[in-house]
Amino acid sequence: MKSITNFFASLGSNVMSAVQKLGRAHMLFFQMVMGMDEILRRPSLLIKQLYYVGVLSVILISLSGFFVGMVLGLQGYYTLSQFGAEATLGVMVAASLVRELGPVVTALLFAGRAGSALTAEVGLMKATEQLSGLEMMAVNPVRRVLTPRLFGGIFSMPLLAAMFSMFGVLGGWFVGVGLLGVDDGTYWSQMQTKIDLHEDIYNGVIKSIVFGVVCTWIALFEGYDSTPTSEGLSRATTRTVVHSAFAILGLDFILTAIMFGE
Amino acid sequence: MTHQRHLEMMVGVFVAAGIVALFFMALQVSNLGSISDEEGYNVTARFDNIGGIKVKAPVTMAGVKVGRVTNIEFDKETFEAVATLNIEKRYDQIPDDTFAKIFTAGLLGEQYIGLDAGGSDIYLEEGSSLQLTQSALVLEEVIGQFLFSKAQEGSE
Repeated sequence: MKSITNFFASLGSNVMSAVQKLGRAHMLFFQMVMGMDEILRRPSLLIKQLYYVGVLSVILISLSGFFVGMVLGLQGYYTLSQFGAEATLGVMVAASLVRELGPVVTALLFAGRAGSALTAEVGLMKATEQLSGLEMMAVNPVRRVLTPRLFGGIFSMPLLAAMFSMFGVLGGWFVGVGLLGVDDGTYWSQMQTKIDLHEDIYNGVIKSIVFGVVCTWIALFEGYDSTPTSEGLSRATTRTVVHSAFAILGLDFILTAIMFGE
Repeated sequence: MTHQRHLEMMVGVFVAAGIVALFFMALQVSNLGSISDEEGYNVTARFDNIGGIKVKAPVTMAGVKVGRVTNIEFDKETFEAVATLNIEKRYDQIPDDTFAKIFTAGLLGEQYIGLDAGGSDIYLEEGSSLQLTQSALVLEEVIGQFLFSKAQEGSE
């Protein structure tokens, strides 16, 4: 009897803490968005975050994109040449990059590279009571610290995803045209006839913006909500990466179903 | 101050590179270069069987793309498929007795509508319809006819 009541009690407390956490996350998101005027008043805050979140991720994203494109070129060529359809290699590389791999892999890399850093930074600020210090000086820490980071992430993600896709297409071109002998003109012209600006590219950009919002939001919330100890901080950083990965892949399925499903 | 300057410059380069990448995607990868939507006139063509034609399938004349299929409907009175073709504005001197056929690009390729110019002095314009059409070749029907004629040869 005792164990049954314990079971229900622990189930109830878990559900309640999950719902409370979700509520805190939404409150924080609302507060961060409401603090938008802060970045208009102090654009240097945003620029600094764009540097740390965006610029420092460029090399990682570009190189990964190039390699992913090269792999797509190799694997695509292998499969397509069995049907004598090497000419459509460009379409395959570009469509998979622009629609899926560009936004998704960029977001996963972003969660690992920038998201974990944001959580650690904000969590440490909380642990060392810098956020409370700001509050003591009548500076709202959400508007001053979190809002510029959120918008830095939102602005960076579509730009990074576009770079990823561009380098991927070039990587596929390098392998397909340069090494495997697909015709240069066919690679580009097939791509241009089949890839649609609205259907493929706009939807890819929308995806990456959504991932930018979600990844940065999760990272900032986990940092802001972390237990201010070294253990709490390490757990928060792990949760950022895990939750971001789940959120990205789950949302990607939903967005794909909405955008490309008929 | 110089640190701030450096930061701003790097962010500027980053944003510019991102925008360049977006433009690259739009211009080099997508069909933006060949898009000319709404800049044309619509004509309809009725087919007994439209085969695998989809909306956005190309419309060509002498192999050159002159427009796109913008709509496909089924006419429940005549049991025909009605395809709306959007022809680019600059090709405004197509005779109204032009013959529309459905072709397939290659063995497995996509289907498209090919136009063969007629000899009429009256040109197609917004809302006119093509009277002369030839349906898509459905492979099963062709094979069926072939087998049928073979069987007849055998029985004679």
